[in-house]
Amino acid sequence: MSDVKKFMYVNRKAPYGTIYALESLEVVLISAAFDQDVSLAFVDDGVYQIMKGTKTDGIGMKNFSPVYNALGDYDITKLYVEQESLDERGLTLDDLMDIKYEDEDDDWAEKPSIKVVSRKEMADVMDQQDVLMSF
Amino acid sequence: MKLSVLVNEGPYQHQASDSALLFTKAALEKGHEIFRVFFYHDGVNNGTRFTVPPQDDRNLQESWTALQAEHELDLVVCIAAAQRRGILDENEAERQGKDGNNIAPGFRISGLGQLVEAGIESDRLVVFGD
Repeated sequence: MSDVKKFMYVNRKAPYGTIYALESLEVVLISAAFDQDVSLAFVDDGVYQIMKGTKTDGIGMKNFSPVYNALGDYDITKLYVEQESLDERGLTLDDLMDIKYEDEDDDWAEKPSIKVVSRKEMADVMDQQDVLMSF
Repeated sequence: MKLSVLVNEGPYQHQASDSALLFTKAALEKGHEIFRVFFYHDGVNNGTRFTVPPQDDRNLQESWTALQAEHELDLVVCIAAAQRRGILDENEAERQGKDGNNIAPGFRISGLGQLVEAGIESDRLVVFGD
């Protein structure tokens, strides 16, 4: 195989209205096995995917929100959230899950995986990627 | 250039499959290599041979199958997405205890690793979706 590539998965849809979020997560988890440089972007309604307090009992669907908390165990530690998408929906960082990872280069200190960036910064991060998949 | 294509929507409901097909044809005509076409989400529905569109409409599955035969394309349907949506080949039908299969000629069913590999091995991965 070639060198390590930068993969970014762009999540644009709400978590339970369609299957995009769940099936995106399935690709993300598989990609972790390929030792690539993986990051996630949350824009538009995609920011709802990582809201805290999700309960799905009433709609008969499996709650896959806890999987986002486990991404750090798969060395997926870069979750970019677009500030404007939060603003447009009346959300703040406090509404999102406290997703963390253990930094092996810093004595396994717990660090936040979520990084809130502006639309301009998000465009710059996307520009640095080798492979972008949008769901 | 070595290209791969990701098709995330089914035929007819969305234009994504038409666009992906036309893009793939155009890329081949320009002399590019298509490493793989991967069908995900409802895109797996492009790979059933049981679609019967009206006679005066295009037949996307047959177009993909014909293009595959002409250029020996690697058309891969995601197994997890396919199982949810009732797309089975002979092996999967037997393994799941189903009474038939519907995979179209020229398509094969495999795992998501094939999509990640396409991203790694290709110069560009082009996504067609909603």
